[in-house]
Amino acid sequence: MRLRRILAITKARNIEFIRDRSALGWNILLPLLLVLGLATIFSGDNQPLYKVGVMMAAESAELPTGDAEPLMNLRFTQFVPEFDHDRAVRLVERHRLDLLVDFEQRRYWINSTSPKGYSLERMIAGLPGVALERAVVTGEQTRYVDWLVPGILGMNMMFSCLFGVGYVIVRYRKAGYLKRLSATPISPAEFLIAQICSRLLVIMVVTCAVFAATEWLIGFPVLGSHLTLLAVALAGAVAMIAMGVAVAARTTSEELANGLLNLVTWPMMMVSGVWFSIEGAPAAVVWAAQCLPLTHLLDAARAVMLDGASLMQVADHLVILLLIGVGFLCFGAWSFRWRDV
Amino acid sequence: MNNERVALSVSDLRKHFGAVEAVRGLSLNIRVGECFGLLGPNGAGKTTTIELLEGILRPSSGTILYLGEPLGDRFRREAGIQFQHTALQDFLTVREHLELFARLYPRARPIAEIMERCALGELAGRDARKLSGGQRQRLLLGIALVHDPAVIFLDEPTTGLDPQARRNFWSLVESIKADGRTVVLTTHYMEEAYRLCDRIAIMDHGQIIADGTPRELLRRHFAGAVLSLPLADLQRASIDLGNWRVHQDRAEQVVDDLEAALDALRVQGVGLQHLQIREHTLEDLFIELTGEALRA
Repeated sequence: MRLRRILAITKARNIEFIRDRSALGWNILLPLLLVLGLATIFSGDNQPLYKVGVMMAAESAELPTGDAEPLMNLRFTQFVPEFDHDRAVRLVERHRLDLLVDFEQRRYWINSTSPKGYSLERMIAGLPGVALERAVVTGEQTRYVDWLVPGILGMNMMFSCLFGVGYVIVRYRKAGYLKRLSATPISPAEFLIAQICSRLLVIMVVTCAVFAATEWLIGFPVLGSHLTLLAVALAGAVAMIAMGVAVAARTTSEELANGLLNLVTWPMMMVSGVWFSIEGAPAAVVWAAQCLPLTHLLDAARAVMLDGASLMQVADHLVILLLIGVGFLCFGAWSFRWRDV
Repeated sequence: MNNERVALSVSDLRKHFGAVEAVRGLSLNIRVGECFGLLGPNGAGKTTTIELLEGILRPSSGTILYLGEPLGDRFRREAGIQFQHTALQDFLTVREHLELFARLYPRARPIAEIMERCALGELAGRDARKLSGGQRQRLLLGIALVHDPAVIFLDEPTTGLDPQARRNFWSLVESIKADGRTVVLTTHYMEEAYRLCDRIAIMDHGQIIADGTPRELLRRHFAGAVLSLPLADLQRASIDLGNWRVHQDRAEQVVDDLEAALDALRVQGVGLQHLQIREHTLEDLFIELTGEALRA
């Protein structure tokens, strides 16, 4: 019986979404246009600065000064602390770091196919007092657009999850539709599960369609398993839909809901790594980003797509996403109100 | 009263909204199979009371029993509700709305039967946002009936409808009454209450100030008849209007002895060519009890 009620509400919400052509169009067209536009703008381009990874012994340690290590005096170069050697070498392989240096080992790594790595190596050779052993890695360059695609798809999922559930519930409540439902045997939990199922279905279908369309139009590598990627997307969507439920649990004003949802989505868009990597950002920003579901969704999706990570290798992100989802869902169900009293 | 014959039993019901007491110690019994009307001016507490009876609001104190039990799952399954203002889901057709609500209950009537009963057949595929006021109310009634409820709550169901749509809706409610279902109705229209309700309760300031069958109440509060004359005819004869109720270009007076009143008017030289005599109505009673006219 409960399943019957959940399916009835899920079906009704799906019909509403599909027939609302403007919303449907917006959900599909926006990410597609963004990817295509940015692919054009950044075609064949990389980030403007040199990026050098510096191996550090501990997270509390500080980057060496230019006095101690003359290499640190290089201009137009961003120095990024790295703590995991294997990961840092992979970044060099993928051209996401132009060079990696370990001052303790007195060694540096470059990618033999990286023009920037070559330039940096020439500059280092011209610096006095720099004596480092050279190590060469190889690997295909990660284009900016390849790195960007998961970001844009994730961002679109975020907006769709939060506004598609949170804003809709508040609209239902304000219009009195929830009050009408409260007069039926359906429980808050059944109603919320139906909203989540409906949005999950819509998001997965839309995201898969946009993913397939962009893959066909511009082509990008997926080194890992598509199924793993699907699992990552599902976990991310659950976490962000649950956030939307929590925001809408008892909000009665559409304006307030809009403000709260913007308050949640904009910081996520800025610090979760949609447009650019937050490596090298202040520690507080990096720490804050780790609390946000979009960060874990994007980190896991990029690991699968660009580094070929397996399900086990992204399991930590999935666990965090599911914990976030369960936490917000429990809060939303606990605080949910059918009407504004 | 035999408890088995009582559908809803309300005892010392109170509801506070902050410092405001919207319902003040209300008690009443609604019998199985009757149509019970709740009347009152705006702000009297009608909607709060009916929402308490529907289980939508929780009372601050007091008890509400449905067939002798506190409002619970059984009540939720057996109650059909038509709110005063109900939004429906966007983009769903009439049939889809009925199907949606039918699936929320353990058992439901066939959709075709509900559509036929509420004259929705030709509207089955229409987007609910594109219905007229009367059509929309019929759909909302259909939704309230879809699970074959034993008790139906109608909160001002005909407010805003044109006279024809209102009369069509009354016919529907009469057919529901004929099924033996219990109907609880709030309304602004005295004619509606008089036609549909077996018993009525008049509320003011959160309390019931009179209850009974419409005829009982009129008999209890009025004797005689109401005389109505053009205001100009009375003024021409220099009649003191202190005992008359003036409404636009006519004046009305309640009289116990009709013959004596007519003789007195003739003696005072009032022309009786445009005289109208009528029985008391619920509107008269309402004004008598609450001191104000009903406002839609």
